[in-house]
Amino acid sequence: EFGGSAPVPTSDDTPEVLNRALSNLSSRWKNWWVRGILTLAMITFFFIIIYLGPMVLMTIVMCVQIKCFHEIITIGYNVYHSYDLPWFRTLSWYFLLCVNYFFYGETVTDYFFTLVQREEPLRILSKYHRFISFALYLTGFCMFVLSLVKKHYRLQFYMFGWTHVTLLIVVTQSHLIIHNLFEGMIWFIVPISCVICNDIMAYMFGFFFGRTPLIKLSPKKTWEGFIGGFFATVLFGLLLSYVMSGYRCFTCPVEFNNDTNSFTVDCEPSELFQLQEYNIPVVLQSVVGWKTVRMYPFQIHSIALSTFASLIGPFGGFFASGFKRAFKIKDFANTIPGHGGIMDRFDCQYLMATFVNVYIASFIRGPNPSKLIQQFLTLRPDQQLHIFNTLKAHLVDKGMLGGLEDA
Amino acid sequence: QEVDFEERLGELDLRSDSDIPDVPPQTDSTPEILKRALSGLSARWKNWWIRGILTLAMISVFFLVIYLGSFMLMLLVLSIQVKCYHEIITIGYRVYHSYDLPWFRSLSWYFLLCVNYFFYGETVADYFATFVQRREQLQFLIRYHRFISFALYLTGFCMFVLSLVKKHYRLQFYMFAWTHVTLLITVTQSHLVIQNLFEGMIWFLVPISSVICNDITAYIFGFFFGRTPLIKLSPKKTWEGFIGGFFSTVVFGFIFSYFLAQHQYFVCPVEYNSETNRFVTECEPSELFQMKKYSVPPLLQAVLGWETVNMYPFQMHSIALSTFASLIGPFGGFFASGFKRAFKIKDFADTIPGHGGIMDRFDCQYLMATFVHVYITSFIRGPNPSKLLKQLLILQPEQQLSVYKTLKSHLVEKGILQPSLRG
Repeated sequence: EFGGSAPVPTSDDTPEVLNRALSNLSSRWKNWWVRGILTLAMITFFFIIIYLGPMVLMTIVMCVQIKCFHEIITIGYNVYHSYDLPWFRTLSWYFLLCVNYFFYGETVTDYFFTLVQREEPLRILSKYHRFISFALYLTGFCMFVLSLVKKHYRLQFYMFGWTHVTLLIVVTQSHLIIHNLFEGMIWFIVPISCVICNDIMAYMFGFFFGRTPLIKLSPKKTWEGFIGGFFATVLFGLLLSYVMSGYRCFTCPVEFNNDTNSFTVDCEPSELFQLQEYNIPVVLQSVVGWKTVRMYPFQIHSIALSTFASLIGPFGGFFASGFKRAFKIKDFANTIPGHGGIMDRFDCQYLMATFVNVYIASFIRGPNPSKLIQQFLTLRPDQQLHIFNTLKAHLVDKGMLGGLEDA
Repeated sequence: QEVDFEERLGELDLRSDSDIPDVPPQTDSTPEILKRALSGLSARWKNWWIRGILTLAMISVFFLVIYLGSFMLMLLVLSIQVKCYHEIITIGYRVYHSYDLPWFRSLSWYFLLCVNYFFYGETVADYFATFVQRREQLQFLIRYHRFISFALYLTGFCMFVLSLVKKHYRLQFYMFAWTHVTLLITVTQSHLVIQNLFEGMIWFLVPISSVICNDITAYIFGFFFGRTPLIKLSPKKTWEGFIGGFFSTVVFGFIFSYFLAQHQYFVCPVEYNSETNRFVTECEPSELFQMKKYSVPPLLQAVLGWETVNMYPFQMHSIALSTFASLIGPFGGFFASGFKRAFKIKDFADTIPGHGGIMDRFDCQYLMATFVHVYITSFIRGPNPSKLLKQLLILQPEQQLSVYKTLKSHLVEKGILQPSLRG
């Protein structure tokens, strides 16, 4: 009937309270107010969960991931009219469970190493983790093959492909977010805030100064908004990093304390978070009037993060816009009044999360020493001896170890 | 206009499959020589002979490449991967009539390049550590490898977004997803195959041979004894073929492993010797490949008449591998059959006369490669020592020192290192 297009969600989700308060405004202003209030509500919520700590944050990330997965899969169902293939709901959720099990197992083993080693069932689960995950996935794969029905082959393959691409996008990124979080909450908060700031700033600059359209995909975006948003976001990132770098609870890696069985963020701040004097380039000296400035090295990194959020992040938004146009939907869902679905808010975040993770792995963090020690302990004695001797020769070479002294 | 095109596209998604045009029949690529030699036979026997000859030809190529060594094998695996990718992408083009979107060919091949670059970079860094240490430019590429790969991928992603054309959004998104799922299947598995290969050629040969053996013996048992159909998807498969194939494959795997386990060439991990600049397979065979006495369970003692038997422990693992190849491997084949029916194609391509495309021969191998890799990492191999060493050398000097002290106290405790006054 619709030729494959999904019905546009039309139910009005706005709470009654808001409806009554805004009843006498025109619909355009009403929409603006609803969006504004919900924006503030989401930001407040964000601050609250940051305050509540890493465990709550992980849970929220998990919930967001499940909701995004649900939204995208529902669109797939609508496009392919596959509500009458009941296996697909079960299989899609099953695959979500498998992939999450695999990823959480890998993270849990890394970060909760001592806890895992103590409890016997956990130890076995972690030792054979890949095999168990693969077996679980294979079960789903075989169920899929057995569920192929003569008239619906193509539909079923489409849904299978749809499910896997969605998993690739949604689940992998949410796990990268959690990895970033464990690196230090600042690596979680600054990127997400930069993307949000860029969204809001680009909108405002576009609203007041917007003239030249940016890209045919999103007619509301303008070059003025894009560039204004870029500069505003870089500035915002610098300021936010400056404020946050002063607090240990944001800059320290999240660790699991075996004795208290809770997460702790307590450490000696790394070099990145210690104030340093930087010379201002001659060009800026006349403008700013200072010769040197005290900054945290992390603020330099924040420039890279904000730049990515402003210049490349929007491509995630364009991708989502193209997707919505391709499948003739206005929003991913109508979960958040005035804003659409969760996916509508998080479309730019996915690229950001991957970038931050790759950035940390490439430029910030080296390998984790305790993890290396764990791996070392599982090697054979002759391999251990070989590595030990090579390391020793290397340290002697560097002069860190006296040749004849007992280190 | 736009609405018409989108509506027409929308009709492609209806539940019935009747709208898919039949793909034109494959051109006959049988070489002239064979055609003349077999011209006197009926069509059915001719097909059987062609299949048989090509089977022997493929097996001979397989042996030849094994003889030529690991490097040639890697090249072969890479070529097969590229060809399978090409076959699946071409099917996508045909289904979606997207030959007139020229960006897609470039973008698809570009993404293939990116993902291969990423995976090869990860493997090369591990196995060629000494080679890489010597060259400055390679060191830079290795250190920032993930960042470079990600930047390359992002470029492709942004090009895709910029290439979105008003009338063709849905088509373009479909091709994007098709490309990514294909990459996920073909590229990741081929890299797992190469990692298995580096573990020791026996881990490459035995699984692949088991799958091939299962294919052939299931066909033969089905031909002679086949009666009960196995699954609606593949009407030619029968339960008799399935079970007969299972037992024959286990026996084959068992015997084949016995022969391969005796030669260092097959059993040793492949290593790169930086002095001679070639791959070497020389080592002290691990415990898996040393003969052991096993007591035969009382049940079998009566049958076989022996009390103990000399076997390689690897042969026990080969039973696991052959079982997987026979019981679960066929699901890969059923998946491919379902895919072919869904898109109304007879074969993936017509590369190999009588057999179809490369993908037709390799559909069962993909699950196998992943299984072998997971099996090795879970049950056989510990962490890779050279990778561990490489990571140790990247650490900060203070971290290295503290790790050194921890390792030393551990080794002394275990008695592996004699405590002495000299460090």
